This record gives sequence, C-alpha cells and structure tokens, in this order.
Amino acid sequence: MTEQERIHCDEVVASLLEYLDGELDDARRARIEDHLAECRGCFSRAEFERALRRRLQALATEPPPDSLKRRLKAILDEF
Amino acid sequence: MEQGSLRSSRQCGRSGREPPVCATDNRTFFALRIEELADRLYGVALRFTRNRAAAEDLVSETVVKAWAHLPQLEDRTCFEKWIFRILANTFFSQCRHRREETLAAEEDEDGFSLFDRLHQPFLLWWGNPEQELINKLLCEDLDRALGALPDCYRAVVVSVDLLGHSYAEVAGMLGVPVGTVRSRLNRARSQLQRALWQQAQAAGLVRGSLDEGDAHD
Ligand SMILES: [Zn+2]
Repeated sequence: MTEQERIHCDEVVASLLEYLDGELDDARRARIEDHLAECRGCFSRAEFERALRRRLQALATEPPPDSLKRRLKAILDEF
Repeated sequence: MEQGSLRSSRQCGRSGREPPVCATDNRTFFALRIEELADRLYGVALRFTRNRAAAEDLVSETVVKAWAHLPQLEDRTCFEKWIFRILANTFFSQCRHRREETLAAEEDEDGFSLFDRLHQPFLLWWGNPEQELINKLLCEDLDRALGALPDCYRAVVVSVDLLGHSYAEVAGMLGVPVGTVRSRLNRARSQLQRALWQQAQAAGLVRGSLDEGDAHD
C-alpha cells in the first residue's frame, strides 16, 4: 500500500461506526480493514463498539406479557 | 383493502367445503412465525415506545397489517425483516404527528466516546478496561440509557442497532434525508455512551471524578 492510500487513526475513528453499520463503499471499507489489521488501538476500539452493540441488541428480546399473548391469539383466531 | 383481504381469507378457511390448501398454509405459517417472533416483536416495540401498553398496541397493529399484506410478501424467507419493517413504519407514522418534539431534540451533542473515557490516563485499570465495563454493564443500565434518549434519536438507534436497517431504509421510513439519519445516529450514540458513562460512574464501576466525566473533554 502506498503512503497516499494509507489512512490515519483519526480517519478510522471518524468512520468507524459507519463501517460497523455496513454503510461504507468497498474501497473505504477495505482501507479501514487494512488499518484495523495493523493498528492495535483502532482494533480495540472497533471490538469495544461491536461488543457494546451486541449488549444493546439483547434489548430487542423481551417475553411478551400474558395480556399480549391473549390478544395475539384472539387476532390470529380471527384470520 | 385490509378489511377485504381479512374477510376473504376468513371465508376461505372457515367455509364448510374443504379450504384451499394455500389459505391453510398461509395461516399456519403466519401464526407460527408470529409465535416465534413474539419476544422480539414485543422487545423492539417496547424499546421504540418505552411503554408497555403502547408496545402491545404496536405489536397488535403490526400483526394485523402484516396479515393483510402477506400476499405481497414474495420471498417468505424475508418474513422477519419484512414484519419488523412494518413495525418500524407503524411506529414512525405515529411519530410523524409529533414533529415539533423531533425538531426540538436536534440539539448539539459532541462525539462522546466511552472508549476514549476508558482510556483516560488518570483511570487505573487492571486488565482490559473495555471488556470489564462491557461485562459489568447490566441490561437495565443499557435499557435506561436507551430509554433516556429523545424519541427521534432512540428511533434511529433501535432501527439501526437493534433491527439492522440501513441508513437509507430508515431515511425512507422517516421521510428525511440520509444525512439526517446519519447525524441523528451520531448524536444518539454519543448521548447513549455519555449516559452509560455517567451511570457507570454513579455505580462505582469506573473510578474518576464526576467532574471529569461530565461536560468537557
Ligand atoms: Zn489506528
């Protein structure tokens, strides 16, 4: 990789969340990935953001209360 | 339209004659998927609305709409993604009536980063500070921090982080430019991490003065 193509930590930090969201084009994603493979600090940062997101994603699951189960059953029985 | 399709499918399934196979399959398929996804439908609805009764209403409305639109779902392997888009759309359409609140919340929020806080030189850690914090945070901590976000911020975080929607999808559902989704998401995450940091400090999970954790960098 030439010096011109190499990116710096601050650029990685600025684009990291978009990278993790899968919102970057192939070229930018590849540049970030090359950097993460070489830079321990940015790699740790990316791992931390991923781990935090996994914890957050656990909030997407919550047992429905009985009242909702009954209501859904009633709705489905109508179909 | 919804009434019509509800009625016709009911007649299909309940008429005295042998019901058409596809109608029976549809209903079985649908009921099974709803049962499988009930935990997630309710969980996501609860994060969107922050209110149990409103979450129940949102899930119920979503299920009724999904059934009405089921014939339009061509690839059934996409059912999950599809029904959560209906749920998000239903929630957003309720939000659109409250535009003032949305605009009022577009305040400045700098890029607060938990990672940076954990790597401040005055904090003494053994081992891996990020991993320790991640392990010590309770679901209640995350729930409280997410719940404290303004509605329009929470909506994008739930859509992108919990549901995996793209910025473009969220922009389409909210009727705003992609750039608006991106900036709301940045502010929302910054605010979320700030709230988690403050909670972690209050709980004694991180050492460091409260002053340092507050306003300035
Ligand atoms: Zn770096």
